[in-house]
Amino acid sequence: MTAQVITVTSGKGGVGKTTAVANLATTIAMDGKRVVCIDGDIGLRNLDVVMGLENRIVYDIVDVIEGRCKLRQAMIRDKHYPELYLIPAAQTRDKNAVSPSDMVRICKDLRPDADFIIIDSPAGIERGFRNAIAAADRVLVVTNPEVSAVRDADRVVGILEAEGKGNPALIINRLNSALVKNNDMLSAEDVLDLLGIQLIGIVPEDESVIIGSNRGAPVVTDPKSRAGMAFRNIGKRLQGEEVPFMDLDPQSGLWTAIQRLTGRK
Amino acid sequence: MEETTSLVQIKGIRDSLLASFIDASWDEQRLALLTQIDDRPAFFQGARLAMDVGTQALKVNDLVDLRDHLSERGISLWAVVSESPTTEHTSQLLGFATRISKPRPEENKQFVDISDETALFVNKTVRSGTRIEFPGNVVVIGDVNPGAEIVADGSVIIWGRVRGMIHAGARGDKSAFICALDLSATQLRIADEVSAALKPQKDPQPEVASINSEGRLQAETWKMA
Repeated sequence: MTAQVITVTSGKGGVGKTTAVANLATTIAMDGKRVVCIDGDIGLRNLDVVMGLENRIVYDIVDVIEGRCKLRQAMIRDKHYPELYLIPAAQTRDKNAVSPSDMVRICKDLRPDADFIIIDSPAGIERGFRNAIAAADRVLVVTNPEVSAVRDADRVVGILEAEGKGNPALIINRLNSALVKNNDMLSAEDVLDLLGIQLIGIVPEDESVIIGSNRGAPVVTDPKSRAGMAFRNIGKRLQGEEVPFMDLDPQSGLWTAIQRLTGRK
Repeated sequence: MEETTSLVQIKGIRDSLLASFIDASWDEQRLALLTQIDDRPAFFQGARLAMDVGTQALKVNDLVDLRDHLSERGISLWAVVSESPTTEHTSQLLGFATRISKPRPEENKQFVDISDETALFVNKTVRSGTRIEFPGNVVVIGDVNPGAEIVADGSVIIWGRVRGMIHAGARGDKSAFICALDLSATQLRIADEVSAALKPQKDPQPEVASINSEGRLQAETWKMA
């Protein structure tokens, strides 16, 4: 096995990076792949909470880097999916406790034993972000259909281009098709038009996401949730499957528009 | 054979340090800088560093690598001044300043007269947070997104959509112009004239903005001659 390293980032905070990481990791693990998530948000960790693993943390990534434990000891196995692991962030340190070369080294050690390594990036474009993208083979940029989030995503895409991190893929999170219809929200087309990068999924606004995060049970485990469905589809696409985009609103013709736009470079 | 450390000179400029190099290969210059820093780690800890790399043409990887090395030593690189367009472009992409408050005197002399042939060619979309400054004309094949800035001493031509800020004739040339396939910029400036935001149009037409005979900045639809 040689794992693919995927970093999830956004620029702006609160757009759903951690939720995306927890859901994508869970759904890919549900498909039988071995997945290791790394929480890159040193000092403000919460991937463990969203995944419901908070009370199992003994060692964290800074302990690994500073040699207080072996990499294996910091990998927490998920409660339900034995192929899913989490390496938590340290809560009592800051971003400077980790360097980009530490992340590259950890991912190198993990690669032979996993199918996917998914890194949760902190908000911002500073040290923590640099750490999170250092080892990435592929970057997913999460944004909400809001002007400020899209502008930050644009900044991040520019930095990724400058650093030669290949073509990032876009997740548009929390799209509310009723608001879009009334012209009260940017549409997926507007967002794609501006960023001009490949779309890998649109996640509709869905309150079950918040309920799932609070209960430590990612929404992909809920077969009825539409957001869960969207994340499951993104998980399949990351594994190389062709999955058609969900029809978010049958009347609007959005689906055909997206099909057209994803053909764009 | 000179000592390697003499390849680099470091001096204080207000709230920052400025490293300038004697001609050599980038590997030697880079090594000289890091050696000098490692000799006096306490002095450099927490410093802001600007570099003048002369004519050295540096790629993204070169600067990213050095920035990471410096950041591991607690030094933040904020500016890279260079005479090489490649390096200047690279540092703009990475978000470094490319001028230290006082422009280099030889730069002033060199670009007093903007020849029509001096143009920076940017073959990509200019994204939020990127500032392109050039002492001549600028041509962009791609969009200029909101949050991006282009400042040119000459004219600016955008083969794409403009939704960021463009300043043409930044050193006072009132004959400079800005043209674009879709000119819905947040703000346009030519010399000292500033326009308010332009409304995005339903059916965008190529437009040219210039200073008219009354001295006002105005944009009009491009007419084929």
